[in-house]
Amino acid sequence: MSTATASQASASTAKKSGGFTGKAANYLDERTSISGAVKEFGRKVFPDHWSFLLGEVALFSFVVILLTGSFLTFFFQASMAEVHYDGSYVPLKGVEMSIAMASTLDISFDIRGGLLVRQMHHWAALLFVASIGLHMLRVFFTGAFRKPRELNWVIGFVLFILAMAEGFTGYSLPDDVLSGNGLRIIDGIIKGIPLVGTWISFLLFGGEFPGTAIVGRLYTLHILLLPAILVLFLALHLVFVIVHKHTQYAGPGRTEKNVVGFPILPVYAAKAGGFFFIVFGVIALIASFFTINPIWNYGPYDPSPVSAGTQPDWYIGFADGALRLVPPHWEFVLFDRTWSFNILAPLIIIGIFIVLVLIYPFIEAWITGDKREHHILDRPRNAPTRTAIGAAGVTFYAAMWAAASSDLIATHFHLTMEGVIHALQAMLILGPFVAYFITKRVCLALQKKDREIALHGFESGRIVRLPGGEFIEVHEPLDEYERWRLVSFESHAPVILRPNAEGKITNKARLRSALSRWFFEDRIAPATKKELESGHDGH
Amino acid sequence: MFTKKKRQDSAAKRGRRHPLANVALIAIGLIATGGAYAGISSATAQTESTVVSQASVEDGEKLFQANCATCHGFNLEGSDEAPSLIGVGAAAVDFQVGTGRMPMQAHNVQAPEKPVQFTDDQISSLAEYVASVAPGPAIPEEQYLDADGDAANGAELFRINCAMCHNVAGAGGALTEGKYAPSLMGVSEAHIYEAMITAPQNMPVFNDMNLSPEDKRDIITALKFMENEVSVGGHPLSSLGPVAEGLFIWIFGLGSIIAVTVWITAKSN
Ligand code: HEC
Ligand code: HEC
Repeated sequence: MSTATASQASASTAKKSGGFTGKAANYLDERTSISGAVKEFGRKVFPDHWSFLLGEVALFSFVVILLTGSFLTFFFQASMAEVHYDGSYVPLKGVEMSIAMASTLDISFDIRGGLLVRQMHHWAALLFVASIGLHMLRVFFTGAFRKPRELNWVIGFVLFILAMAEGFTGYSLPDDVLSGNGLRIIDGIIKGIPLVGTWISFLLFGGEFPGTAIVGRLYTLHILLLPAILVLFLALHLVFVIVHKHTQYAGPGRTEKNVVGFPILPVYAAKAGGFFFIVFGVIALIASFFTINPIWNYGPYDPSPVSAGTQPDWYIGFADGALRLVPPHWEFVLFDRTWSFNILAPLIIIGIFIVLVLIYPFIEAWITGDKREHHILDRPRNAPTRTAIGAAGVTFYAAMWAAASSDLIATHFHLTMEGVIHALQAMLILGPFVAYFITKRVCLALQKKDREIALHGFESGRIVRLPGGEFIEVHEPLDEYERWRLVSFESHAPVILRPNAEGKITNKARLRSALSRWFFEDRIAPATKKELESGHDGH
Repeated sequence: MFTKKKRQDSAAKRGRRHPLANVALIAIGLIATGGAYAGISSATAQTESTVVSQASVEDGEKLFQANCATCHGFNLEGSDEAPSLIGVGAAAVDFQVGTGRMPMQAHNVQAPEKPVQFTDDQISSLAEYVASVAPGPAIPEEQYLDADGDAANGAELFRINCAMCHNVAGAGGALTEGKYAPSLMGVSEAHIYEAMITAPQNMPVFNDMNLSPEDKRDIITALKFMENEVSVGGHPLSSLGPVAEGLFIWIFGLGSIIAVTVWITAKSN
């Protein structure tokens, strides 16, 4: 591996000699002492693994969103005043619509490059949330959220929620039939909240839905408030990444105390810079060749038309799906009020799910009683219970997500809508248990195989006949590096139930030890040094 | 606003009645549908009577006996398998046979489209035969099928009357119990018009009081515009909206970017 460890000094950027650049750098440094920071930052080491770049994909697509979004603000008018469309798209000529819709059509048809930028903005938004999602999964399944990074997990998750909020507010701006339908659902959900729902809805929409205020308000959220908070949290997130240093996968020479990889300056920065242009390029290519949100097909919003196949963008899909999965008739009247549990149940369930994901690092730390710092990542198989929990969570989310497209699944696979919904309801409830069980067993089996290979080497496929007539298969021993990868993980023991200082066993302690037993009861210990030495007999 | 057809329901229940009830029912059905229809749109009923020619009615009768009578009965009276065709009119036959739905092959929740089995002449003979037995909606006049009306008005009418089943972009959509409203791309002008006046299966009727012939012409214009329009934004991804877009970004967008990340990080080794 051609890597440098953190201790090796990286090429220093701010060279204080010669030329104009040198002088300029010197000038800056004398006034800001920035070279210290640059040096410090530039010496950070970033390990090389493709999955470590997912966060970067999110960052870069966010930059694309900011750039294209600024362009769009030059032309978009967030007003719901009615006009008769008079642009160059013939089938809508003379149709009454809001200025918001008309200006979005102008961006699409009458402003040079407008459609490309609009499509880039929307595609980049989809990519943004998708890459955050995948990045989160990577962090979860490798245990990168453990101490000291719990807070950064929370910040990252807040970023995910903010990204969804950004997406939803943006989706609603053009004021076409699709976005209006989406807002109508949100309005319905809000009105479903007991006691305060109707008031909140009136407050939000400035009166009866849809009113004439909502687009302007969403616009303020979309381009001012949410981006400001998002940038703030993003900065915090990145600062934490630098403060904590990057995690790495286990490997020879990698310990909890060092980071093996490239220094940010110059190698890594150059790579990342190149990578930015690649992400930009991919988004631009997609936006040039594939339509997204063709609002001219959907037409202007008015509350009467509803389209078949109305769906939100993918990242809101899980919420739409949750609404579709509720069985009918979960609504009753009590105390002179209608209690719409067909809306409240999904809200509550999604709320609980979100909170659980948000605080998962703390839950796991409490259960395992693990207070040490971790900079070496777990291979998912080496934390079977966590991996299984993750798989269960993904299944739960996937069932809701798929339900958002239940109608399309039905028509495209020639199934009945009811059949699809019932299957997904089963998947929502039973799926997580099945996924948990299977994943855990698969992890344990993989661990067993690793242990076997560490002890006895690979099966070489070479059959040898011994002088005595016996046939054996020759096992190739592993080299040191390979073996290190397989055996260098920790095996945890459950927290033991102990009386506290006052000699009492509290219920909390009991719960914790029970959970801890559940977390760790099935485990495969890594092959120890002794086992390795004795087991290493060449077959 | 929509008038749902009762014809099929009554046909389905008839199996349990006294045989004579059939005759009575047919007579009542004839008078009711014929009379009601004449009241609603005398214009279409008139045009139909002008084009009947005896020779082709006979051809049509033969074709009908050979291909349709097993289900629809020798006198169009229907059976347990299929509804009565008395009073469905030439338009219904032209639509059902012309889109390949009839003759139906297997019993399903909905008769699917399949390759058309008859020539245009045979279809018009069949249509004339069915229309000669009892009057019903006629094949629409050419002047409404030129797809040269007001697309903006048509698109608006389409959003209000049709989009909830057929999707705003005419891409189709799901109904309950495995039924579906099909995609409207590639459907001929005449068939669109006929679908509106004959209301196949779960589709409501749009008679001339709901949508005037000019409105129907506008709707056809809008649909044809959508169909022939060059998709300005690039490949339309089947016009399926956010689901297709989401799948696309996960599979191809993120997929290609991950391929790049693997490539970037692999180079260093
Ligand atoms: C296998 C049985 C079967 C055969 C053969 C068949 N049909 Fe049908 N047909 C049906 C059924 C069932 C329906 C009702 C479809 C529905 O509404 O789901 C129907 C509906 C129709 C309708 C629409 C009736 C309405 O109320 O609008 C027409 C017109 C029609 N058939 C014409 C024909 C013609 C013409 C033929 C011969 C070329 C034919 N069918 C052959 C079963 C059959
Ligand atoms: C209640 C839902 C519903 C509404 C509203 C509706 N349709 Fe339909 N439509 C259907 C169904 C279901 C079918 C399929 C019938 C069949 O397969 O026989 C259909 C079939 C059609 C077809 C035939 C498509 C083909 O592939 O041959 C056309 C054309 C059509 N509809 C046009 C319209 C127009 C135009 C409107 C609005 C004026 C409209 N529909 C409104 C449900 C609907």
